[in-house]
Amino acid sequence: MGPLIPNGVIPFEWNNIIAIIIGIAFGFILESSGFSSSRKLAGVFYGYDFAVLKVFFTAALVSSIGLLYMDYLGYVDMSFLYVHPTYLWGAIIGGVIMGVGFVAAGFCPGTSLCAVAIGKIDAIVYVIGIMVGIVIFAELYEVFQPIYDGYFKGYITLDETFNISPYLFIFLFTIIALVTFFISDIIRKKRKKVHHY
Amino acid sequence: MEQEKQKRNIYWNPYFGGFLLGILIIFTFYITGRGLGASGAMKSSVVAITDFVTHDHAESNAYYSKFIEEDQSPMNSWLVMEALGVLLGAFISGGLAGRIGWRVQHSPKITSKRRLIFALLGGVLFGLGAQIARGCTSGAALSGLAVLSTGGFITMIAIFGTGFLAAYFFRKNWI
Repeated sequence: MGPLIPNGVIPFEWNNIIAIIIGIAFGFILESSGFSSSRKLAGVFYGYDFAVLKVFFTAALVSSIGLLYMDYLGYVDMSFLYVHPTYLWGAIIGGVIMGVGFVAAGFCPGTSLCAVAIGKIDAIVYVIGIMVGIVIFAELYEVFQPIYDGYFKGYITLDETFNISPYLFIFLFTIIALVTFFISDIIRKKRKKVHHY
Repeated sequence: MEQEKQKRNIYWNPYFGGFLLGILIIFTFYITGRGLGASGAMKSSVVAITDFVTHDHAESNAYYSKFIEEDQSPMNSWLVMEALGVLLGAFISGGLAGRIGWRVQHSPKITSKRRLIFALLGGVLFGLGAQIARGCTSGAALSGLAVLSTGGFITMIAIFGTGFLAAYFFRKNWI
């Protein structure tokens, strides 16, 4: 039963090898989807290219539905999976700062690595910027610590937060995503095209 | 030549890419019990560099010291190995499509210098935000959503919501 490494089915020594293989697949998928291009990524904010929205939500739906199915069929124990913890104000304030960074630079960290790999100098500068941002956080850690460590709500999931079944939540989320995909196609047709990116 | 140039701008159908990415996330959780990440590798790099340049400072800093262990380098982490894989995977994909080459990519309406300044500033903000939220688009939002994490969901809404709200102020860079 999964997860395989934490349950000792695959020996721990394989961890780094598996990390590199998973990374290669991750990089290949992102780059092939066009995520090494900041102009393509930023398109979502201006309505001329919705690849980010479509790839992101499709991946979120496929993975959440798939994991729930595997849990249901007994292939994986969801309670063993790492759930990103909820620090309420950290999640909001951090997300807002990242949002401004995203539209300013047109990259997020994962996509910037893909762009670095194919020689984009702006992506190299962006990664240097990320490292500077991390240094700023570390040096001013005392200032940020109240929101970094505070408002901890636990390792909670959306079905607990909204008090509905996870299956119903995924169903509603799927419908919202499908409507969003449909609307995004209408918007894109109305916007003037941005060529050659 | 013309054909080669056209191939460069052709990418996968986004639903196909998203589907494969979803399968990869399931596979990653199934094998390792955790999701994907990206900014974590950059944090490890910063910790490793700081530890190398000013060891005492890194030890005394409340944030860096969380990630320093006596017997192993901060670079010896799953996320660093995964990030090396990302570079390799993207290099293969870009190579097969003829997209490899040194360049600064930007809208024809702005200069390279302006592009680089905004890339740097955006990076600083993203690096800072990813620490405050304990993860970026990959680790918090995408991997969080796969297991229905409330925090991951909030961060996703905050990132994209703010992106749309702030888009007006950065429009000259893109359209």
